[in-house]
Amino acid sequence: MADVKTFVPAPDRAPPSSAVGPIAWIRDNLFGSIGSSIATLVFFYLFFSYVPPFVEWALINANWTGSDRSVCEANAAGACWTFINVRLEQILFGLYFASNPDELWRPTLIFILFFALLLPLLFEKTPGKKWLTIALLGVFPVVFYFVVYGGYFGISQSNTTQWGGFLLTFALAFVGILLALPIGILLALGRRSELPVIRSICVIYIEFWRGTPLITILFMASVMLPLFFPAGVEFDKVVRAMIGITLFQSAYTAEAVRGGLAAIPKGQSEAAMALGLGYWRRTVFITLPQALKISIPSIVNTFIALFKDTSLVSIIGLLDLLNMAQTTARSMEWKGYDIEAFLFAGFVYWAFCYGMSRYSQNLERKLDTNRRN
Amino acid sequence: MTTDTQMAPAELGESIITIDGLNKWYGQFHVLKDIDLDVKRGERIVICGPSGSGKSTLIRCINRLETHQEGSIVVDGIELTDDTKHINDIRREVGMVFQHFNLFPHLTVLENCTLAPIWVRKTPKREAEELAMQYLERVKIPEQANKYPGQLSGGQQQRVAIARSLCMNPRVMLFDEPTSALDPEMIAEVLDVMVGLAEDGMTMLCVTHEMGFARKVANRVIFMDGGQIVEQNEPEEFFNNPQNDRTQLFLSQILQH
Repeated sequence: MADVKTFVPAPDRAPPSSAVGPIAWIRDNLFGSIGSSIATLVFFYLFFSYVPPFVEWALINANWTGSDRSVCEANAAGACWTFINVRLEQILFGLYFASNPDELWRPTLIFILFFALLLPLLFEKTPGKKWLTIALLGVFPVVFYFVVYGGYFGISQSNTTQWGGFLLTFALAFVGILLALPIGILLALGRRSELPVIRSICVIYIEFWRGTPLITILFMASVMLPLFFPAGVEFDKVVRAMIGITLFQSAYTAEAVRGGLAAIPKGQSEAAMALGLGYWRRTVFITLPQALKISIPSIVNTFIALFKDTSLVSIIGLLDLLNMAQTTARSMEWKGYDIEAFLFAGFVYWAFCYGMSRYSQNLERKLDTNRRN
Repeated sequence: MTTDTQMAPAELGESIITIDGLNKWYGQFHVLKDIDLDVKRGERIVICGPSGSGKSTLIRCINRLETHQEGSIVVDGIELTDDTKHINDIRREVGMVFQHFNLFPHLTVLENCTLAPIWVRKTPKREAEELAMQYLERVKIPEQANKYPGQLSGGQQQRVAIARSLCMNPRVMLFDEPTSALDPEMIAEVLDVMVGLAEDGMTMLCVTHEMGFARKVANRVIFMDGGQIVEQNEPEEFFNNPQNDRTQLFLSQILQH
């Protein structure tokens, strides 16, 4: 046998200096071509002509303290956050709680509880996440009912027609999301069912609610629904809005989940069948977890849309965050500060929606089992 | 595979699969025509044939991944009908290995192996895990137990798929082109595991074009074309003295290179 040569891989060399470093990065990414250079210059021009004046108005020259509009009128060059500060309770918790200072602890406690349960869930290493999740999704809504609605344990019953502000936005969105997910999953499974009756029911439900504007559904729920019930039977307005939102939202969630189910290769359920797993076990253990993982972005997308769409309840006379902020800015006392009201409401919506978006991205990364680590 | 010598003939028992007058259509297309097949306990059958000849469909009928329209299939004394309970009873006893592995990507290797024993066989979790580790050792990848399928090579994934089936203690194993999707250097590791299974007396039906494996392991080689069984024989006879011109042509095509 002849001598066998041993294969020795050539050593890696560092890349040339023209390819790395900040100057190379700027040249490649900002001034790589004529078009890119123009875009860069236009961007910097727009940025420096609009952002510094806005920051000056909104932060540097802004009015933060005081208790009436005289402060803001004295310094008209800055934003009037005094207004938000003074009316904060009304914008966040609505008229009922804002006008009963003794009851303010109720919404405050609820939001403290919510964040106390939510924040630990955002960290990967938190122990007992399963129980925290159950507490947040199962126990928290019950506590919400007893504390915010009241009527038991010596807590006075609050008037839901005077619920409002962020508390109402939160309640509508939370209930909508919580109920729409399981209903939507069942609808999505039903729409893929081999049984024609179940499939038809699901298709009709989904297409009906998805094809109707939310504003119409809310209007119908508020104005039309009572006509079908005998006089004297009265549904709470907020409950009616919650039902309408859930019906609407579950149709959207169903389509998002169906998209995920459709993306699972047939081999997955075949392999599960070949192992002797029945329909529900195949669904619960094999297809659904994978489908939900794929549809996280689109499910969260519908949740974010819902969160903002709750402001449509103004059509039935409920004042959510946006409408409460707007109403406050139209009061005699604070007339003319609409921009501050909208900016504040917009910021609260954005903070929550951005939070949901980031959380979903984390979840996607965490559930990605294809990474090679 | 280490040697070319054929394995000792298996001790054949009574029939475990009896297929009688099986016909199947996909719409207008008549995909299986009058198939009769009797498989004895411990028998090792290799099914080959050109693509579209119905060989995968045939073995997929045995665990009812495909439904048939005419004829009867009896597995381990139970006839396959629309009765879901019978179907699941049979699937419990019949393991299947797929061309594309079909491992569950969201579960670890160990969870892939323990899912069915825990939920179908009602084995306690700890026991199921011990069993799974035994089989993972047998397919020589116990160290990958806590990884996800996406982190393994094709050959390793297929070995996990075999271990996953074995965890149900099946009486019959069906292999649907188990090495066709593998890179060449990984085929041997999968075939080695299959040879080991055959040596232990497992009843096997393999759709494969690995003729070396057929020669070494099979009691019987079946050649299918156009939805029919064209020819079946012991491997020596089948390869050296094919009776049908269609078989001769097929063998000359796959053995040419």
